[in-house]
Formats: sequence, structure tokens, C-alpha cells
Amino acid sequence: MKRIALIGMPNTGKSTLFNRVTGASARVGNWPGITVDLMTAKILVGAHMAEVVDLPGIYDLHGYSDDEAVVRRFLETTPTDLVLLIVNAVQIERQMTLALQVRALGLPCMLLLNMADEARKFGITIDTEKLSEALAMPVALISAKYGEGQPAALKKIGHALDTPREAGTAKLDALITPEQIERETTAALHQAVHVPARLPEHLSDKLDRVVLHPAFGLPLFFLCMLLLFQAVFLLGTPLQSAMTWLFDHARTLVVEPAVHPLPEFVQGFLLDGIWSGLSTVAAFVPLIVLFFLFMALVEDSGYLSRAAFLTDALMSRLGLDGRSFVMILMGFGCNVPAIMGTRVMRSRPHRLLSMLVIPLSLCSARLQVFLFLIAAMFSPRNAPWVLFSLYLMSFVTAILTALIFKRKYHSTEPFVIELPPYRLPTLMQIWLRGWMEVRHFLHRATKMIVIGVVCVWILTHVPFNAVPAGPDTLAGMLGRALQPLLAPIGIDTKLTVALMFGFIAKEIVIGAFAVIYGMQGDTLASHMATQMDWVQAVSFMLFTLIYTPCVSTIAAIRAESKSARFTLLSVAWPLVLAWLVSFIFYQSARFLLGH
Amino acid sequence: MRLTDLAPGQHAQVAAVHSTEHLAHRLAALGFRAGKLLQIMRHGALSGPLHVRLGTTDVILRRSEAAQIEVLPLADEAAPA
Repeated sequence: MKRIALIGMPNTGKSTLFNRVTGASARVGNWPGITVDLMTAKILVGAHMAEVVDLPGIYDLHGYSDDEAVVRRFLETTPTDLVLLIVNAVQIERQMTLALQVRALGLPCMLLLNMADEARKFGITIDTEKLSEALAMPVALISAKYGEGQPAALKKIGHALDTPREAGTAKLDALITPEQIERETTAALHQAVHVPARLPEHLSDKLDRVVLHPAFGLPLFFLCMLLLFQAVFLLGTPLQSAMTWLFDHARTLVVEPAVHPLPEFVQGFLLDGIWSGLSTVAAFVPLIVLFFLFMALVEDSGYLSRAAFLTDALMSRLGLDGRSFVMILMGFGCNVPAIMGTRVMRSRPHRLLSMLVIPLSLCSARLQVFLFLIAAMFSPRNAPWVLFSLYLMSFVTAILTALIFKRKYHSTEPFVIELPPYRLPTLMQIWLRGWMEVRHFLHRATKMIVIGVVCVWILTHVPFNAVPAGPDTLAGMLGRALQPLLAPIGIDTKLTVALMFGFIAKEIVIGAFAVIYGMQGDTLASHMATQMDWVQAVSFMLFTLIYTPCVSTIAAIRAESKSARFTLLSVAWPLVLAWLVSFIFYQSARFLLGH
Repeated sequence: MRLTDLAPGQHAQVAAVHSTEHLAHRLAALGFRAGKLLQIMRHGALSGPLHVRLGTTDVILRRSEAAQIEVLPLADEAAPA
């Protein structure tokens, strides 16, 4: 088995090439000491089976960013047969630096000049024969997006692998000076590359005049985000219901009869524990596919970088950048894909800070709980204001969290990024992205979500002779034990048990009320109105808004951060904040109302 | 003169980069090297980032970073289109 590593600067279409060559067969590989996901796939090139590894995009081999360290570590420790250098043909002059730095490491290299289609539009001509001679390595001109030149390039890669030699690791001390690079670049490009002195005005320039307009740019961005948000959740919600319907029917028609002969508590464990856990996971699948279909569109079109430009003035003050803004906004629909989406940020502190902030976004699951409680407790006149205050609180807690933790998760990554031209991604690019993300989510999060749901089932059903979710179950006992802590914020034992259910998914809180109070619908709503006053209700909603993210969000945070400590913080911090906010609200409201 | 002192649309030549090694590496990789020509495309609103064009590469960078780049402004007729 041969090993091929893909190296290139960001925005060179490296991942597009990887996806095109490997199809949907890619897996997340594990490499010792490397904390980011590296996609790998086995493909047949010429007469060789080869494992292709997609390394993160880097600007410089000797820089200091997290990704640069990952690439160095990989090349230093993993024997590699061929390094494929992907260069954007339009920017060949600038990107040659990285190619020459990598060549100096002593590994066999091959140069792939990508985006042949764009280079043609700019009137750039490249003589690959001459370039290959000047650089002493094979060179191929391709368009990864449309597959142009791919068969010829694969043939050259196969030839490069024919040479029998031991796979080697990089000698990182073999440095090449900037002067040497400049000299070699000039010499190599002088012969082989022609860039016209006057570049034709690009369509991107015209679009940018509107999209990046100092006054209209930001409102336009918010409009785009609103449409995107609506599209994801308008399409996603019915699909989510369909998935739930499917799982419910499978349960009554297949699973329930199948487990029927088993003792009752085993049945409960399998149905309300394991099966509910699996259907929780499944309900996220349509949402994640849709979210990433649209994210691929936003990212690959070049709009995400524009969003960073537009919102940076605001976000830099919070220690975040414009890309996190998009994710926080998406968090208002569902936190899970928003957490997964933080992968577009390449600096780890930025990602962690964003992951700490996103769960504070009032997601659609929490909205359902609030709509139910607000309708039960408030007059139609006051209801919109209560909901509005909750949204406001969501923003306030997010900003507060960012301000408090921005020093702890301070990014040293400079905000100097490329603004790629507008591109229309192909359907295949978009589809592959959605598919890969769902597989990633299922692979990484299923176990933890099922375990979480099972734990809640055990809490609310053990001992088995007690009324489920009643005062004699573990949950009831825990609720009573927590009273000294939760009574000062107006949350009684029954509400505490409901909060425990909310850990599975926030919208389950309503279902939990039904179980705990033994009532349904309007009867439940009017009964609850007699059980608590509006101050308690608001305090409970504030707590529900902020406290511990749902188990699926935690699973996503765990999978993305790969740190148990950080995951613990992301659970503990909102709990503390929720208690403080509810305490301040509840006690001052009681004081002001005089009882 | 610093990069931040240029007006949108103005052309200039990079004179020197006075920054930490980390930032200098990134800037060099994106084309900010002594002698290179650039054009300021636009300024972000509310002290937002700068949009700079270097040859066939467009770059956005914060003003704090741009202030570390020394440039020589060019008269418009001397500049390439």
C-alpha cells in the first residue's frame, strides 16, 4: 500500500479534488498526536493501491498556526510515498512558495495546477512540460471541480508511484531561504507561465460592489441569513416529523411486538431507552443534511469569507470572527449542526469559544417549550413580550459568555484571509458535503446520545415499582435533594424532574409535564397555571433557556472538541449561568412584588 | 506610509513588513512581500477590515495587522490596471 498526502493552501480546491478522486469512500482517519480530523481514502492509481490523506490547507510550512503544526507533524512521522501539491493555477506565482518549501523536505512531489478553467478566463497560459523540467517534478493541469485533466493526472500519479523506493518521512530541518524561493520561482515561471499584464474585470468585482457595500452590505447579509435559516428549518421540520413518524410506526409495528415476550422493565429499557435514543439521533439527520447542503453553498460560493469581512468589526470585539457569527445565527435553529459547522474556523481557540457560545442560542426545540408555557401562563397581549425578552436574554448571555471567556480562548491566529472569487459549486460538491457530515455525526454522536437517553430513562423508572417520573423514582429523589438549590429560583421537585427530561432534547420537557402531572394538552396547561405564578414560570423558562445543552449538542461538542475537559466546561458553565440569571430574576421579582 | 493610510482605490508598493514572525509568515504567503504591488479595494464599515488586491489574489485583513505593513503609494498612471 502506497501513501499519498495532499498539501495545498486554503481555497485551492484541495478537498474538492479529494472528494472527486475518492468519491464517497472517504473515512476520518486516526493519526497519533493529531487533534484535527484528517480524511483518508483508499483508491487504485495505475497499478497501485494507495491511501490518500487530505491534509489541512496551510499557507506556509514553517508558520505557527495549528494546521501548519498538524501538517509538519504528519510529514515528520508518517512515511509518505508521494506528496501531491495542489496549487491554484491563477495564483501560481504566490503559491509556488509552499510547493518549493515542501519539495525541499526531500519527499517525492508532484504538482497539480488546479482551477484550469479559471486560469483560462484570466488569460493565463501555463506550459506544463517546461514547468515540470524547471521544477524537476511531474506537473499536471486540472480542474477538480469539472474533472478536466483528471485521467491524465491520475496516470502521471501512477507513474510517479512506479519508481520503487521506500516511503520516507520529511526532514524538517532542510530549510530553503526566501531568497532561494524567489529566485527559483522567477526562473521556473519565466519560461513556462504567462500572466497578462492587464487582468480582465472579473464578475466578482461587480458583485462585490453590491455585496460588500458599506451601507447595504450588512442588511443584505442579514437578509441572506434569514432566507437561509427559513429554508433550512421550513424544509427541515417536516422532514424531521416524517423521520419521527417513521420511527414511531416502526416501534408499534415491529419493535414492540418483537420485545413483547420480555419482562416489562426490559421492554421499557429497550423501547424508552435504546429505541428513543436512536430515534433522537435519526431526527437530526434531515436537519444536518439540509444545513450542510446550504452551508456548502455559502462556503464554496465565497460568501462566507464576505460574511467575515462584513461582521468582523462587531465580532472582533467579542474575541470571535465573522464566521462564528454565521454559526451562532444557525444555532437559533438547532445547536447541533451549528456546532459541527464551527469546523470552518481553523483556529482552535476560536472554535472552542464559538462552541461555548452557540448552545446559548434559543433553538427551535426550546421555542416549543416556551410557546407552550407562555400560552398557558400569559395573556395574548403580554405573550409576545415575554418571548421577545427570552430572545434578548439569549443574545445577552451569548455576548456575556464571549466577553468572559475571550481571554481564556484567545486566538493568536491573525485575521488575514483570502477573499476567493465567487464560484458556483457543483451539485456533486454540495451533495458530498451533506452526506459526509451526516455520516460523521452518526459515527461520532450516536453512542453518546443513546447513553444519555438511557440514563434519563433509568433515573425516571428506577425503582421499577414506583410511578414513572414520580416522587419515588431516582429522579424524584434527586429532585428533592436539589430543592435547597432550586427552591430559591422557584423551581419545585416536579419541574426539576422535567428539566432532567430536557437533557435528552429540550422539546421533551412538554412531554415530561404530561407524564409528571398525568394530564394532556389544555387540561395540562390550565393545571400548570394553577401550580405556579408568572414569576416562577419566567424563572423556569430562563433556566430552560440557558441550562445544560441537550445531549445531542453535548455529543457534537465532544466530537468536535475532542476534549473531555472542554465538554465538561460546556455543560457546567451554562448551568451556573442559568442558576445565577434565574436567581437574580426570581429574587428581585419577589422583592419588588413584595411577597 | 502605512497600508491603513491608503484610500480605497489607491495603488501602492509594499516597502516592508514590521510584524511578529508569525504574522510575517502569513502575510508573505498571501503576497505581502517587499516590492509587490497592491491596490486597496475597500474599507470595511465601522473600522472593519481592509480589502486588498495583490496581483490575482484578494485578501482581507484587520486594520491592526494592516498597520504593520509599510507601503510606498504610487501615482495612478504608474500603477498597472
